[in-house]
Amino acid sequence: MTPYGSFSFFIIIAFLLAPAVILGLKGKKFHSYNIFATVIALAIIFSSSFSESVALIAFTIWQVLLIKAYIAYRKKANSGTVFCLAVIFSILPLTISKLLPYFNQSNWVGFLGISYLTFKGTQLIMETRDGLIKKDISIIRLLYFILFFPTISSGPIDRFRRFDKYMEAEITQEQYKLLLYDGINKIFRGFLYKFIIGYSINHYFIANLGFISQSSFQDHLLYMYGYSMYLFFDFAGYSNFAIGVSYIMGVKSPENFNSPFISRNIKDFWNRWHMSLSFWFRDYVYMRFIFWITKKKWIKNRNSISNLGYILLFLLMGVWHGLEIQYIAYGIYHALLMVLYNSFERFNKKHKWWPQNKFTHVIAIIITFHFVCFGFYIFAGQLIK
Amino acid sequence: MEFKNEVIELLAEICQDDVVKEDPNIDLFSTTLLDSFGTVELLVQVEERFGITVPITEFDRDTWNTPNNIAKQLADFK
Repeated sequence: MTPYGSFSFFIIIAFLLAPAVILGLKGKKFHSYNIFATVIALAIIFSSSFSESVALIAFTIWQVLLIKAYIAYRKKANSGTVFCLAVIFSILPLTISKLLPYFNQSNWVGFLGISYLTFKGTQLIMETRDGLIKKDISIIRLLYFILFFPTISSGPIDRFRRFDKYMEAEITQEQYKLLLYDGINKIFRGFLYKFIIGYSINHYFIANLGFISQSSFQDHLLYMYGYSMYLFFDFAGYSNFAIGVSYIMGVKSPENFNSPFISRNIKDFWNRWHMSLSFWFRDYVYMRFIFWITKKKWIKNRNSISNLGYILLFLLMGVWHGLEIQYIAYGIYHALLMVLYNSFERFNKKHKWWPQNKFTHVIAIIITFHFVCFGFYIFAGQLIK
Repeated sequence: MEFKNEVIELLAEICQDDVVKEDPNIDLFSTTLLDSFGTVELLVQVEERFGITVPITEFDRDTWNTPNNIAKQLADFK
């Protein structure tokens, strides 16, 4: 059963989480129940596909063994080679699952959510390397973090230390009331976004473009804006469900969207769109790459280092979406925009060519909006496929 | 106090703006004085000058947001 895909899913979740709500409202500990609920929910979600269930279990065992082994190793030594190998092993299942279709093989490695779960595993390896995770993590905590069902299919991507804080925290009755209220609020906002606005755009606008537009160009233009809006409402709606349900379970999953269409430049956009993903790439790819290059002093020019970092980040992000040409093109397009914007920002810092006022702010939002929509047009596979 | 001034001096170099000295409570991220690139430069310099290693994911933009707060956080790391 697809998470948040049908009303029957919501009804099942409502029954499943009713005991959690009662325990929470009484101010009692409820994480043990929530762990039990996660097992049941996973069984329901993956019940439709036996091969995906097997792949999920194998993937989880692989990640847990890898993380446990690396934490044990890191207590004694800290070799760069071992770290690199651990990262490669951690993304290996995802890589295989992306490559298998190109070898005409059935994808026995892949399952719903593999792209998102991989981030959690890799992140644990990296933070262990940094010395931020020192203690042995209990196997239950580790499994619960990786398999937390509200965010299993498409995020938001949480971080272990953040998630674990909610496991430790004592939630009072009053605090839980607020969490529950916010959670339900988010779920209903999700209904509005995904099932009313997103559905309407797709069903009444995009599906009827053939009748609405007079020319092929107009057709593509309207599709570009329609699809961009649909993508936002559909995904932001989904994210609201995932965040709302996790609130009800006492975990504040991170936000994924912050009004992305009022971004004033492309950098601002990536701080507002699919935030848990872009922040992941920022913290674990871009910043680490810059740090490494700067320390080794291989490249002197600050601008080139930063641009190389952006190219690496967005190419990886593109490939992560899929190996199809449109996703790679989407990555290259955003890398290019970031590089260009970076030069512009530098130029403007010197020459103060673009003044900061209300008028220029509005103009900047409008320009950014169109560049962003063109990106989604590429992403949709309309420009090249 | 001296350490704090050194940190603020370093921030002024990285942000290329003396406003961080005039207003040590200014939010460096919302004013775009500091971005991810600047943050990394800061962490590299902090390691070289003060010998303090701050892991990248420890640098949380909510608590490391102003010159004063950064100085405070770094002092805790010492």
